Amino acid sequence: MTAATTTIKTLAGNPHCRRLAWLAIVLLLLAAPFLIETTLGRSWVRIADVALLFIMLALGLNIVVGFAGLLDLGYIAFFAVGAYSYALLASPQLGVHWPFLVLLPLGAAVAALFGILLGGPTLRLRGDYLAIVTLGFGEIIRVFLNNLNRPVNITNGPQGITLIDPLQIGGFSLAQTHTFAGLTFSPVHSYYFVFLACAVVSIIISLRLENSRIGRAWVAIRDDELAASAMGINTRNVKLLAFAMGATFGGVAGGLFASFQGFVSPESFHLIDSIMVLCMVVLGGMGNVAGVVLGAVLLTALPEALRYVGPLQQSWFGEVIIDPADLRMLLFGLALVLMMLLRPSGIWPSRRRHVAGPPAKETEAPSAAR
Amino acid sequence: MLKVRQLEVAYGGIKAVKGIDLDVAAGELVALIGANGAGKTSTLKALSGLLKPVAGSIAYDDADVTGKPAYELVRRGLAMVPEGRGVFPRLTVAENLAMGAYTQTDATAIRRDFDRAYTLFPRLAERRAQMAGTLSGGEQQMLAMARALMCRPRLLLLDEPSMGLAPIMVHKIFETVRAVAAEGVTMLLVEQNAKLALETCDRGYVMESGTIVLSDNAKTLMTNPQVRHAYLGE
Repeated sequence: MTAATTTIKTLAGNPHCRRLAWLAIVLLLLAAPFLIETTLGRSWVRIADVALLFIMLALGLNIVVGFAGLLDLGYIAFFAVGAYSYALLASPQLGVHWPFLVLLPLGAAVAALFGILLGGPTLRLRGDYLAIVTLGFGEIIRVFLNNLNRPVNITNGPQGITLIDPLQIGGFSLAQTHTFAGLTFSPVHSYYFVFLACAVVSIIISLRLENSRIGRAWVAIRDDELAASAMGINTRNVKLLAFAMGATFGGVAGGLFASFQGFVSPESFHLIDSIMVLCMVVLGGMGNVAGVVLGAVLLTALPEALRYVGPLQQSWFGEVIIDPADLRMLLFGLALVLMMLLRPSGIWPSRRRHVAGPPAKETEAPSAAR
Repeated sequence: MLKVRQLEVAYGGIKAVKGIDLDVAAGELVALIGANGAGKTSTLKALSGLLKPVAGSIAYDDADVTGKPAYELVRRGLAMVPEGRGVFPRLTVAENLAMGAYTQTDATAIRRDFDRAYTLFPRLAERRAQMAGTLSGGEQQMLAMARALMCRPRLLLLDEPSMGLAPIMVHKIFETVRAVAAEGVTMLLVEQNAKLALETCDRGYVMESGTIVLSDNAKTLMTNPQVRHAYLGE
């Protein structure tokens, strides 16, 4: 084990090996949808697409929770805002069909605006108090989407919006099957590459943010807000920026999701979905981009993989003893508990997690005045 | 450089600072001493913009800065080293220093400031890649001082630099206070260790339950029987 680790470390130190490793990763990612289709079947290509969307979501939430330390339990609302922005402006619902290249930045901007709307009134709150407010915010958005069908029908209520335009770049529609160089690109394949590009951009932005002036300011505010403002940080604006940036990722992912599904309804944006994204961040390794990506992939794949418990029971015991749907969530919960017990700071922790938090400070109260 | 008139600070309805006057001239080293709960830290927080005063005025460089937020004051060269050190434990020593230079934009000047900090505190140079949370108390205080200097302050407010430190470390910190003062930085020092503060500073204010009860030059204060009795343990 140690010998293997040292070998890996020496290899990682060698620029040649690093370049080769990167090349291998890129090739693997490009070949992935075809490899997955031949080995696991088409449904898993679709799951890979969804995993890429969740990577974007988890990275966005990681900015708010992992970098800035603001616990957000309503993050899926920004996903919803992005999805509905796209759905409304590219479907028969309002009869408008704006191009995708306009709608994507627009969705990001609208989500950022909602991020500031949420951040503004909650600037003084931290930890559990902030969590409760954000939870409420997430539910408000969903309830609005559910009820904005009367008296004027905007969102079509619980029925959702259907017939959303698929992605179309130039004359190239992702809804059709294309053939290139002997490879057949069905929609799930085409979407995979668009989502992959967006996810890679999200990863690059996250990595750049982490080691930027603003990224350090977020950690500073999280560690000691008073000292951070004594450094000349405008803590209000920097926190709002975290909310807005995080929301942007959610908005973009939402737009992509709407076009990919062709259908959105309030059903997709429940509290459980917010919690799922939060699980990806925490379980993967809060604050560490690589960990968060890993968490998103694992937590998307795990529930799907657990679908096989039904057929497995059949082959092992000759009958299905426990309903697969129940068992699946039971095993999923068990896996979460085990992972958090064994690796409390996540599968791939941030280097900043190894240090104990700041010492408990006296709260601002008359008795503490001197 | 700093002119404070009838400053009042309150938490809720309870007044912590009850109308004080305080002056610091450019180049001076001034001590604000007093017992626990006298209102020293509240005064500093109001001066540095972390708390809004309820009444009174603060003038810095002949401009009224009453109620201005901290991030504006730092840009004007008024910085504070918060009580309890307030380093960022999850940032490295170098990153902490970079946070101090948050308001600075000139990259070459920042690099020069880094060098100066590491010359002033060689210990920090050794630990530049280490997380600040893993430093000892004294090292953290050094880091807090070095970090405050990174924004090129002209007036530095120091809140209890000796708090919770071993005596040898306290002496070291005060040595650096003198070294920084020698570079021409004006300082207002809040301290419970009255003896050391008065030995280091030019002038001193004595604060008691929210008001200033004595103010004089440091040498005179040290011979004042009232001060000797209450703060120098005689």
